[in-house]
Amino acid sequence: MAKAKPKFKVSETDGVTVITLADQRILDELSISAIGNELAERVAQAPVPKMVIDFRNVTNMSSSALGMLITLHKRIREANGQLRLCNIQPTIEEVFKITRLNEIFQIYKSQDDAVDSIE
Amino acid sequence: MVISSDLNEARRLEERLLQEVARFGYEEADTFAIKLALEEGLVNAIKHGNRYDRKKTIRVTHTIDDHRAVFTIADEGKGFCPAAVPDPTSDENLERPCGRGLMLIRAFMDDVSYNEEGNEVRLVKRKS
Repeated sequence: MAKAKPKFKVSETDGVTVITLADQRILDELSISAIGNELAERVAQAPVPKMVIDFRNVTNMSSSALGMLITLHKRIREANGQLRLCNIQPTIEEVFKITRLNEIFQIYKSQDDAVDSIE
Repeated sequence: MVISSDLNEARRLEERLLQEVARFGYEEADTFAIKLALEEGLVNAIKHGNRYDRKKTIRVTHTIDDHRAVFTIADEGKGFCPAAVPDPTSDENLERPCGRGLMLIRAFMDDVSYNEEGNEVRLVKRKS
């Protein structure tokens, strides 16, 4: 099986790491695992991780991707960091609502709002 | 259709089934639901049913027309009892990283049922 390559862009804004997921579909278990590992490494390297994940390109997401986000959220919280999600499209928002994960994650309409919300 | 317990094969099959769905002009929301349910159903069959054993296969059937799309996904595993799967939205399970696939399937499809053994799922989506 070919090794999946993580696909996201990284930028820094006011000390916040902004991850913009590049793929439309965050479904593939192998890609999700690779993305999760790479993000976990970034979290581990930061003394106090501050991260925004931008979903503007994402139109499909599986339960495995939700699991990856939950694990990442736990790691960031354990390091006293902050995680925000933004630009989630309505269909994906529905997935968060059905699973009640909108109550766990802090979700913002825009990337600017998400970055500004981090202290 | 029969595939081995391989995620890449499952992905290719999913694409073929979605092309078939597209031929009947299903709306975007219906297509999203079908895509999500097929993904979760196939991953469950490979991961939990056949436990990634490539010697074991997944059998998939489909019937798509202008009214509804029906799929069955069967694995060679021991099966499971859907009612015994913990509710991922209960407070104590909310932060568990797994266990949401079945719930999403049920939420997005119109009818979801299992055979008695619990190793075959039948998914129905009515055309909007």
